[in-house]
Amino acid sequence: MLFAVAVFAPLFGSAVAGFFGRAIGDRAAQTVSIGCMLLASVCGVDAFVQLVYQGGSPGVVSLGTWVDAGSFHVDWALRYDALSAVMVAMVTCVATLIHIYSVGYMSHDATRWRFFSYLSLFSFAMLMLVTGDNLLQLFFGWEGVGLASYLLIGYWYDRPSACAAAIKAFIVNRIGDLGFALGIALVFWTFGSVDLSTIFAAVGQHQNDTYHLLGTSWRAYEVIGILLFIGAMGKSAQLGLHVWLPDAMEGPTPVSALIHAATMVTAGVFLMARFSPLMEYAPHALAFVTFIGASTALFAATVGCVQNDIKRVIAYSTCSQLGYMFIAAGVGAYQASMFHLLTHAFFKALLFLAAGSVIHAMSDEQDIRRMGGIWKKIPLTYAVFWVGSLALAGVFPFAGYYSKDAILEAAWAAHSAIGQYGFWCGLIAAFLTAFYSWRLIILTFHGRPRADARTMKHVHESPLVMTVPLVLLAIGALVTGFSFHDQLLGPEWRQFWGHSIQIAPGNHVLHAMEGLPDWIGLSPSVIGLAGILLAYMFYVEAPSVPRLLAEAFQPIYRFLLNKWYFDELYNAVLVRPSLRLARLAWQVGDATIIDGMPNGLAALTADGSAQVVKLQTGSIAVYAFAMLIGVVVLSLIVLLLLVVR
Amino acid sequence: MNAAGFPLLSLLTWLPLVGAAVILSVRGDEAAVAANARWTALWTSLIVFALSLLLWVRFDQSDPAFQFVETVSWLPQWGITYKLGVDGISVLFVLLSTALTPICIVASWESITVRVREFMLAFLLLETMMVGMFCALDFVVFYMFFEGVLIPMYFIIGVWGGPRRVYAAIKFFLYTLAGSVLMLLALLLMWYVAGTTDIPTLLRTPFPVAMQTWLFLAFLASFAVKVPMWPVHTWLPDAHVEAPTAGSVILAGVLLKMGAYGFLRFSLPMLPNASASLAPLIFALSVMAVVYTSYVALAQQDMKKLIAYSSVAHMGVVTIGIFTFNIQGISGALFQMLSHGIVSAALFLCVGVIYDRIHTREIARYGGLADRMPAYAFVFMLFTLASVGLPGTSGFIGEFLVLVGAFKVNFWLALLGSLGMILGAAYMLYLYRRVIFGVITRADLRDILDLSPREVAVFAPLVVLTLWMGIYPSSFSGFWDASVSAMVEHHRAALEAAVKLAGVLPQ
Repeated sequence: MLFAVAVFAPLFGSAVAGFFGRAIGDRAAQTVSIGCMLLASVCGVDAFVQLVYQGGSPGVVSLGTWVDAGSFHVDWALRYDALSAVMVAMVTCVATLIHIYSVGYMSHDATRWRFFSYLSLFSFAMLMLVTGDNLLQLFFGWEGVGLASYLLIGYWYDRPSACAAAIKAFIVNRIGDLGFALGIALVFWTFGSVDLSTIFAAVGQHQNDTYHLLGTSWRAYEVIGILLFIGAMGKSAQLGLHVWLPDAMEGPTPVSALIHAATMVTAGVFLMARFSPLMEYAPHALAFVTFIGASTALFAATVGCVQNDIKRVIAYSTCSQLGYMFIAAGVGAYQASMFHLLTHAFFKALLFLAAGSVIHAMSDEQDIRRMGGIWKKIPLTYAVFWVGSLALAGVFPFAGYYSKDAILEAAWAAHSAIGQYGFWCGLIAAFLTAFYSWRLIILTFHGRPRADARTMKHVHESPLVMTVPLVLLAIGALVTGFSFHDQLLGPEWRQFWGHSIQIAPGNHVLHAMEGLPDWIGLSPSVIGLAGILLAYMFYVEAPSVPRLLAEAFQPIYRFLLNKWYFDELYNAVLVRPSLRLARLAWQVGDATIIDGMPNGLAALTADGSAQVVKLQTGSIAVYAFAMLIGVVVLSLIVLLLLVVR
Repeated sequence: MNAAGFPLLSLLTWLPLVGAAVILSVRGDEAAVAANARWTALWTSLIVFALSLLLWVRFDQSDPAFQFVETVSWLPQWGITYKLGVDGISVLFVLLSTALTPICIVASWESITVRVREFMLAFLLLETMMVGMFCALDFVVFYMFFEGVLIPMYFIIGVWGGPRRVYAAIKFFLYTLAGSVLMLLALLLMWYVAGTTDIPTLLRTPFPVAMQTWLFLAFLASFAVKVPMWPVHTWLPDAHVEAPTAGSVILAGVLLKMGAYGFLRFSLPMLPNASASLAPLIFALSVMAVVYTSYVALAQQDMKKLIAYSSVAHMGVVTIGIFTFNIQGISGALFQMLSHGIVSAALFLCVGVIYDRIHTREIARYGGLADRMPAYAFVFMLFTLASVGLPGTSGFIGEFLVLVGAFKVNFWLALLGSLGMILGAAYMLYLYRRVIFGVITRADLRDILDLSPREVAVFAPLVVLTLWMGIYPSSFSGFWDASVSAMVEHHRAALEAAVKLAGVLPQ
């Protein structure tokens, strides 16, 4: 079936490029992996169109047994419904564009076959994640993308910073994954299965199940919801477990675009939408989701305003946008969060690739303080950067306008305290988003050139192989908003989503979004324009103001510049104590205390039988003799005991 | 007489000794003897392995009872018989032993240059002991093999080991022997009660509850050292560091499974009440093993020591799984044992590869090998990931099933027992980074050679097994499903009977 081809073609491409890349050469490896991705995207899009527009029926592609232990039975199976089909179509398309872009971007690299192999491996894992028909297969993809992310962040393994970032990403993700794994275990003991269909069909029956923890009884659904969300927090870089994402920018820029913007980091949002049938009955867990999402949206936006690395600014903006998606999921508007996921995939991939084009032009410079004055030299990159930023800031009629609006309206329409929190955090974050986006544009492209003359002389527009994907993504960032808005969120949303997203009978958020006061619909646009204006005043009209402000509010500035000191905090309370504990456990615990006794004993024996020790110099005969005596003595004891009886 | 039509298990057990006898009879100059010994050992072990595949084919997966049983009267006046047989729990460990032995022999093809004949002799003897131990269905026979394993291993460490080999060998011997003496006493007591040492009979013998506790503790003393469980694990890092590569491989691959196998064969089914009441003790020790030794592994500067400590942590997961008393937990424990047998063996082989070239195990001495040794980097990465428990590799299945089983018992047990997921990733990736990534700074690493064809042949079966077990694990777990279900059922029934009895007694 087409769907299975879409999932497994990238695996084939990855295997060929990885195992034979050295033998067949870079060009052949690239051709094979891109060919496989093209095939996958054709199949993926076709499967999506068939299902959603041509009345195809959802189903499951079963591939065989995986795990079998008592009643714990798990199959390899691909789930084919609207949610997975739309994700497969999006992932294959974006991944294909990024594969093509990488041909240009990585053209100076020594082991391109390795890069393409990893990139295709990632695509495969991501597709397994979104098509998983059971929680365990979802977890397989979940860890698989983590592995690919680790490999790609550390792609330039000769750089210590890249290696450190790769390990950090893997371990922080693992913390979330532990929560996820525990969640799967609880799902199994609650529902007796980890198959999605079985779970969702039985949601009604286990409403009042409780789970005893920390001396209180909790509703099992709430615990499941929280545990799964902890997994989502790791993968989607939400507040607390976000520290790996900015460091992940050590990877090549196409990686940042594909993994750390468009696809992998949105897996957490996908998980929430996938589990909507259950999450709907876990109101406290949902409130927690919104709380973390809203806090992340605001936190990341504040940090994004003062960063100076072009990729890190975009990374924090990704973190912040993911927060938006969780706000919507938490108030029960899963459709809105999925909508933002889709639009974001296009415009954020676009922004990263455009940033990559800038970096490429500037001879690998990433610091925006050493850029400026290049917009005439790279007009196409400049233009698409504008498109991406307009979409990100939510300006009409770009994609982000529709999706971000929908999220803020949903938050307001939830009519709850946590919804209000989400709305106001989101609104302030929208202002900051517009501000830092134009700060980025102005500092990167405008003003006096701040790079040295040699770099400036070298500035050039990227080759076609890079600009064509940029243009295609720019078109996506423009049209995905208005063309999908009504299908995904309108009153007829069931025609699109089918039963892949389910909401509780009491959930009227989508409906309530219709009758909101006008100012709520307008406020994101107004505040976005205000942010742009402020950036213009700060960095064009009065360039001295930012520095004056930074000096006047030194503590706040430092607080933001150091990302709220999360890394320092974790180092002080987790990393360094752990390493100290490790040394302590080894040198004091093991070597001194536990080994102390037998060593003392051995020393006694050794002193008492120095002669014997002298004999132990490697002669087999002596050993054999000693052993023989030992065995004889042992046998004697046995026989004696037997006789005594 | 059994499914094979001939005494297959006896053949598997004693054939290596025949090979050993052939090696002993070889005469000639040193080089000829060495070459002869190598080839004889390899062919013997390969024939044994080929024969053992009959077990894979002919074993009836739906039957929880012992199969391929052979009985020869030995000391009938004491109720002792020579009896062999396998059930779902032991059969794959026989295969694991027969599969790892030829791999070890090939792995030491070039690295063992002195006393080659004696080395091969010791290895074949070791194979006899291991296979016999997993097949034994009489407690006395079991005990002899169980202790017998010590002898060749002691020599392998003590003769072909590193500079502190004597210390390590004696420590290894003392630790394991101390536990064994207590097991011997337990054996005598059980024989006294049941009048026989026949294991199937003992499995059906209800021992008094008070006595069970003492028996359990005696077994614990022996098995805990073998597993090894915290805090009697410190012999393991020393033994591994000093042992030659093949010794480490077999130690990690098979010998560490003896303790856990003992729990499954004796403690759990024969002493159900004591197992249930002392499970919290095991859980506490196991969680300590997982968390504490993971931290210790993080601080290591010696590759072998690091992997040795990681073994202790992984075996902690096994002991948690065994004492959850549910199908998922025990099945997970068995899977983890099997997987660890492959993966840790492979990791020690990985260390051996670069040790053979540079002659040091110090992590700081390496770095940047990815440039020069891409094939090695791939293999090492695969086993690192399997050790970390990445889904799709064998390491994941066992760890996850144990997590599921432990969750049924207690949330905190599942959480703490699974901290290895995080800590394991930390120490393994940190190791990998220091050895493989980075830039080459030392001259001798600049022209280091990638895997030779012989090394590829050593790793290839292990790579295949790791992926096969990760992607299609049911072809392995199918062997023990029936046995584990029967064991869990037996355990539940025994506990219920005890509760009924307790309800009757006070009146």
